[in-house]
Amino acid sequence: MNADVPGNRPQHGLQLSKRARRLRRLGSLAGQGFLLLITSLSSLAVLFIFIFIAKDAIPFFTLRGFAEFFTSTRWYPSSQPPEFGVLSIFFGSGIVTLGAIIVSVPLGISAAVCLSDVLPFHLRQMVKPVIEMLAAIPSVAYGFFALVVLAPMMQEKGGSVLAVLAWCIGAPAAVLVVLVLSEVLSGGMPVRFRGAGRYGVGAALLGLAGWGLWRASAFLNAIVIPSGTNALNASVILGIMALPTVVSVSEDALQAAGRDLRMASYALGATRAETILRVVIPAAISGITSAVILGIMRAIGETMVVWMASGNAAQIPTPWFDFLQPVRTLTATIAGDMGEADHVTGSARYHVLFAMALCLLAFSFACNLASEMVVRRTKRRAG
Amino acid sequence: MKVKRWITVCALAAAMAMNAGAEKKGNIVMDGSTTVGPIAKAFAEYYMGKYPGVNISVSESGSGNGAKSIINGTADIGNMSCAMKDSELEAAKSKGVKVMEHIVAMDGIAIVVHPGNPVAALTVEQLRKIYTGEIGNWSQLGGPNKPVVVISRDTNSGTYETFETLVMHSERMTDKTEYVGSNGAIRQRVMTTDGAIGYVGLAFTHGLKVVDIDGVTPTPESVLDKSYPIGRPLYMYTNGEPAEGTVLAEFLGLYKTSDGKKIIEEQGFIPMP
Repeated sequence: MNADVPGNRPQHGLQLSKRARRLRRLGSLAGQGFLLLITSLSSLAVLFIFIFIAKDAIPFFTLRGFAEFFTSTRWYPSSQPPEFGVLSIFFGSGIVTLGAIIVSVPLGISAAVCLSDVLPFHLRQMVKPVIEMLAAIPSVAYGFFALVVLAPMMQEKGGSVLAVLAWCIGAPAAVLVVLVLSEVLSGGMPVRFRGAGRYGVGAALLGLAGWGLWRASAFLNAIVIPSGTNALNASVILGIMALPTVVSVSEDALQAAGRDLRMASYALGATRAETILRVVIPAAISGITSAVILGIMRAIGETMVVWMASGNAAQIPTPWFDFLQPVRTLTATIAGDMGEADHVTGSARYHVLFAMALCLLAFSFACNLASEMVVRRTKRRAG
Repeated sequence: MKVKRWITVCALAAAMAMNAGAEKKGNIVMDGSTTVGPIAKAFAEYYMGKYPGVNISVSESGSGNGAKSIINGTADIGNMSCAMKDSELEAAKSKGVKVMEHIVAMDGIAIVVHPGNPVAALTVEQLRKIYTGEIGNWSQLGGPNKPVVVISRDTNSGTYETFETLVMHSERMTDKTEYVGSNGAIRQRVMTTDGAIGYVGLAFTHGLKVVDIDGVTPTPESVLDKSYPIGRPLYMYTNGEPAEGTVLAEFLGLYKTSDGKKIIEEQGFIPMP
């Protein structure tokens, strides 16, 4: 009867025999060991992936050397004799990722700021899950959309799609910049003109931005896109796919900056724009940086979408920043050429894919390390 | 990590015991071309479904290996997408192998463009120049002033291999060539892209404009009588004519039966008449 009363438990435990105590210690040791095993399994998995990819990548470099792989743009793995110049494919991965950054970073960070500091609480509760839902859509669905909807649309409407895109990205960015600038510029005016001055400067800037956007869209409208599966298509889709990562990680960072900091800033007489720009964002900059790096990793590692949307032409476009040309990425090449690249018949052709995988892995590793370092350095500075 | 595809079905001992008398037993090994592979695999599936006691393995390691495996006696059937070369025939002779050639089907590739494209005929020479990038605008071929969007199958596919052999010879495709993963994807891209040109198996031209090559429209007939230039026979080689009544003879004879012809058509090839 007494044993059932919780308060009596410790006393009961004290009376345990030596054997029972030993059993208990053994049990807890076994539990700890088991957990340690599980934790180390995942790190071991990373190690093994590295080892096995490297094991299959090294034969390529011993067969063909480094020079062709890193400096030639001629990718003809199945021709006789084969050529394995991967430079244009590195370039393709790079330009598509750059495009994805251009799409996702301004949009993502503004959305994060909006979520954490601008929108009222109940609206935020609705908007955030919707953005995070973007992450739940399978990538092949994005790819299908890119191939069947976006690509024909770009070809038929061409320039007007570009113009709409420019408005989609440009208009919110312009409004944000105008709001901030008008506040900052009017801050220097005498107090009694400040209210009117703010509106005046704002209106003038808004007009200027609108005119600029209108001119830009008129220019874009005239462009004809011969092929809809190109770097732009892949970049836009990848940007959208990276968006939830950028938004939620940087929003968390902005939230973590804390209410005290904001209150202190307001108490010193700063406006909301000044608080966000000069206090909250600098305080959260390490989190925002790692959000951007995570977004980059999401974009560079994506396979299905780029295989379907980028056109897979192994070329460096002329001029290099021409996003309307098809490009080929590392991931798409690995996925596309894996099928019959038999390690019995075409050994260099098989191992070159692993060499590419190794480069990708090294890049993500470097990204991860960089984000880790950024976080650590800002922590040290803050601490 | 072998990417070779093996199809092996082992019959259950019980099933064999039950109808032991009528059941055929045997073991057939096939090796060779990736283009003939789909036919071989479909045949194997069909035949093993019919006779569970027969075990057929198909591996795809290229036409060259098909020849080698017949010469070295490592396979019963060597699949090849081109006829055996003289050097291979001599090697076979010196090893005492009596090479028998069976043409099981024809492989034809249609050149397709957007339905709105006025260009209706090309020569193989022009086609090659389009794919090498020498011709970059439809106006050079009497069409509208639009850049040519060159679309190809990925370098793994048998269709790519056929096209490369019959059209490109040893020239390289332009680096602007877009690669897609299937006949269906080529159709999708060509159907929606004004300036596109692509190539597909004869069974996949629905909704596209098929271009005449050297003045010949690709049809099963024109591929069979070899007047259409982008077509070729597909071979299965054996060591000597397989003896009448054996499993190997019956299996090899599938391509002459109506079921076999249906299978060949389903794989996008043209059965022999």
